Amino acid sequence: MALKILSTGSFVPPLSLTNDELCGRIGIDSSDEWIVQRVGVQKRHISEDLFNWEMGTVASERALEQAGLTAKDIDFIVCATVSSEDSSPSTAAMIQQALGAECPAMDLHAACSGFIYTLETCAALLKMNYKRVLLVASERLSRIVDWKDRNTCVIFGDGAAALVLEEGDNYLASVLHSFGGDEVIKIPNYEGDRTFFKKDTPAPFIFMNGQETFKFAVGRMRTDIQEVLKRGEVEESDVSWVIPHQANIRIIDAARRRLKIDPERYVTNIDRFGNTSAASIPLALDELHRSGKLKRGDLLVFTAFGGGLSSAASLVRW
Amino acid sequence: MTLEKVREMIANHLGKDVEEVLVTSTFEELGIDSLEIAELVMDFEDEMEVELVIEEPILTVGAFYEFLEKQAK
Repeated sequence: MALKILSTGSFVPPLSLTNDELCGRIGIDSSDEWIVQRVGVQKRHISEDLFNWEMGTVASERALEQAGLTAKDIDFIVCATVSSEDSSPSTAAMIQQALGAECPAMDLHAACSGFIYTLETCAALLKMNYKRVLLVASERLSRIVDWKDRNTCVIFGDGAAALVLEEGDNYLASVLHSFGGDEVIKIPNYEGDRTFFKKDTPAPFIFMNGQETFKFAVGRMRTDIQEVLKRGEVEESDVSWVIPHQANIRIIDAARRRLKIDPERYVTNIDRFGNTSAASIPLALDELHRSGKLKRGDLLVFTAFGGGLSSAASLVRW
Repeated sequence: MTLEKVREMIANHLGKDVEEVLVTSTFEELGIDSLEIAELVMDFEDEMEVELVIEEPILTVGAFYEFLEKQAK
C-alpha cells in the first residue's frame, strides 16, 4: 500500500487551563478529582484568538520544516476536521492559502476517526500519482462545546497536527467502518434563517450518550485492532506502539485490558490535551516522534472511533 | 441468566464476595460509576452473545438484572 510518513508537526494554542482553572473560569459545578477519575483530563489548550485553520497552518509549517520541504512541494492538502470555521471555504483551502501552496485542498469529515479516514484517502491519492500529500488534522472544538454542560465541556481541547506523506510501502493494513446514526453522538450545525424550515433543530453543541459511546469505543477499539493486525499478518506481541484516539482514558484502559498488547506500548497524552477529536492521534504521534522514542521499523497501530458512528484502525511501519 | 449469576459476575468484576452484592445494592454503594456499568454491560454482552442498549440509567443490581432480562428477549 502506497504511503510513507516523511515528517510530523503539531501546534496547540498557548492558553492551557487546569480543571480547577476551567471550572472557575466558566462557573461549572465540577472538580479536578471527578474529571481526572472520569475522563483522565488534567488540563487542555483552548484557543482565544486563533482560528482552526491558523492552528492547522502552524502545524503544517512545522511538518514541512521537518521534511525540509516548502509548500510548493505539496501536491494535495487534505484536512480532517469536525470544527471547521466555515462550511465554505474548507479549512484545507484556508491552510493552502496561508502556506502559499498551489495544489488542490479539501476537508474530510469523519469526526474523531477523521485522521485514519484521511490517511486512507491520502494513500489512495498517492497511488493516483500525487507525489506528496499534506495531511492536516485540526480542531477548534471549543467553538462547538456547550460550556454550560459540565459532562461534556471538560473533555475537549483545541489543537492541530500535520503529516507530510510520500509514496512508500509503510502503510501495511487498514480497516474502516461506518455505522450511520445520530442517537449516540451528534453535533448539529448552526441553524440560520428559519423562514421556511418547520422542524425543530437542536442547539449546535456536541451531544453524547456517555455509556453507549463508551461501549461503542471500547468494543470497536478491541475489534478494529485485532482486525487490522490480522490483515497485516502481525501478532499483538509485534506491536511497538498503539496510538489510540484520546477520547477518554477509561476507554483506552478498558480496551487495553481486553487485548494482549503490552500495556506500556499505549501512547496517551489526554491528561495534557484533552480530547482533540481528529487531531488527537497525529498530535500524540508528533510528540512521540520528536521525543526520539520512535525507531525505524517500529510497528504503529492507530485506532479511532467517534461520531458517525465511525471507527477505524491502521497499521504503519515507521 | 439468573439473578445469582448476575450477582456473581458483578462481585467478580469488583473483586468482592457475592454476599456483598445484594439485589437492593445501588451501584453508587458498590463504588461503580456509569462508565463502569457500561463496561459491566459489555461483559454480559460477551457472556450472553447479545447486543444490549442502555436506554435509561441503571441504578441497582436488581435493575441491572431486569435490564438484562428485558433486553435479552
